[in-house]
Amino acid sequence: MSLQSRDVEYIAHLARLAIDASEVPQYAQSLSSILDLVDSLNSVNTETIAPMSHPLAMAQRLRPDLVDANPGETGRDQFQAHAPQVSDGLYLVPRVVE
Amino acid sequence: MAVTAWEVVIGCEIHVQLATQSKIFSGAATAFGAAPNTQACAVDLGLPGVLPVLNGEAVRLAVKFGLAIDAHIEPHAVFARKNYFYPDLPKGYQISQLERPIVGAGHVDILLEEGVRKRIGITRAHLEEDAGKSLHEDFHGMTGIDLNRAGTPLLEIVSEPDLRSAAEAAAYMRKIHQLVRYLGISDGNMQEGSFRCDANVSVRPLGQAELGTRAEIKNINSFRFVEQAVNYEVERQIALLESGGRVVQETRLYDPDRGETRSMRSKEEANDYRYFPDPDLLPLAIDANFIEAVRATLPELPEARCQRFIQELGLLEYDANTLTASRPLADYFEAVCAAAKCDAKLCANWVMGTLSAALNRDAISVESSPVSAEALAELLRRIADHTISGKIAKQVFDLMWQGEGRADAIIADRGLQQITDNSALEAMIATTIDAYPQQRDEYRAGKEKLFGFFVGQVMKQTKGQANPALVNEILTIKLKG
Repeated sequence: MSLQSRDVEYIAHLARLAIDASEVPQYAQSLSSILDLVDSLNSVNTETIAPMSHPLAMAQRLRPDLVDANPGETGRDQFQAHAPQVSDGLYLVPRVVE
Repeated sequence: MAVTAWEVVIGCEIHVQLATQSKIFSGAATAFGAAPNTQACAVDLGLPGVLPVLNGEAVRLAVKFGLAIDAHIEPHAVFARKNYFYPDLPKGYQISQLERPIVGAGHVDILLEEGVRKRIGITRAHLEEDAGKSLHEDFHGMTGIDLNRAGTPLLEIVSEPDLRSAAEAAAYMRKIHQLVRYLGISDGNMQEGSFRCDANVSVRPLGQAELGTRAEIKNINSFRFVEQAVNYEVERQIALLESGGRVVQETRLYDPDRGETRSMRSKEEANDYRYFPDPDLLPLAIDANFIEAVRATLPELPEARCQRFIQELGLLEYDANTLTASRPLADYFEAVCAAAKCDAKLCANWVMGTLSAALNRDAISVESSPVSAEALAELLRRIADHTISGKIAKQVFDLMWQGEGRADAIIADRGLQQITDNSALEAMIATTIDAYPQQRDEYRAGKEKLFGFFVGQVMKQTKGQANPALVNEILTIKLKG
């Protein structure tokens, strides 16, 4: 499988990654070789093997419905001490609608 | 395009907030109305190093819904990441489900006009987390983010494109709302966003198999709006196609103030969510024992209850439907019937009529009715045993509503019993007739509609306490002379 430069640019945009145009061919090549490696798995006969959605053959453990980690105002203030900008308890971000 | 008739095709995605105390993947609270970000913990904020742990109650509530719509319950449900960037989604992805959703294909029946039932397919229902809330008021040119809602458990219920009109879409939305409230899996509060609908609307020439291009109307939070929004959208699309234009596949918002839908700038230029199984969450194993344990908690569902009211209590279908519209109303009605031990039709009329009118007038829910089911039953027993007439009963009801006490006490204290002493009534009626000789003679000369005049006079004299049937009987005899 071979990725084109435009695939790399598209993926980078979706992931909001800024990449230098000069590096695009290099990324295309590296990512293609990763996909080729994954592709080689197709040569294994998996006809009798049930598909898995997770590498661990275990089931999800469940949590009882308890409020045991509610931050309250104290917790919020601690979290917000790391935020670049807050106001009235809200996190402030660059405006998202015009 | 010369098209004589258009067919409307609608499918709905309904987001139902599940009634859990804590979030779907964290131990923060889900309560509505808390101060901003006081219910957003490290998991909800997507801080590095945290792991989601699935809330068992959310699973139980989703399975309960699945069983109620006769759906397949997935024994190995899988959670997936839906990737997109938006500030109210701190992780950069929403944990949702794509393949193997917890609830597979099922169905509900909606009731259309003239009692016609229509089966609507439900494609799937899956668990996911809600996003936070963006506040676009002016924070010095910035947007404020409240993540209290982030991580709230949602069940997204996806219908087949089986709906053919705005009215059907509204009936379907009502049906799902009724069902989730009966099941107790959601409070269904639309003002607080616990129940919201996205409608996928398209039109095609009648008879064409291929679906037209659809527009998705987002976040409709009332039954009235879904009808208005779909109708507007249908007209817009037909006008567009008939004038030679094309419908663009896009997301639109309904503006109830202007009564129109308008295009919404898409969150992501390309809706490429790059779903993949979430490596932080193992497959969810749901075994037959668990399913049967949930099944045992299912209440009697609205259709079954409605049929029982028709068959066992002899109610009309319309009345049975009205009374089973919500579980608290149906519970109240059944409690009245059980305590009154009189004609169910009388109980039904009072619950749907006088009681519902008073509840609506004072904006009180039936659960907090100032007149309890037992108290109403006592009043109805007094109608059934002819202690009071229906008219007097309404007065007694008003006094009960105002907190003046129970029916029997009110009737006794105010002397409201019907006059059942025949001789007293006969004497009084004779006096009344004699007081109006002119009307009496006109009646006897053939002016029969004056009978009502005499009934009115007698009722006035007795302050409505005479038994109407008895008054009619005696008046008929006495007026003949």
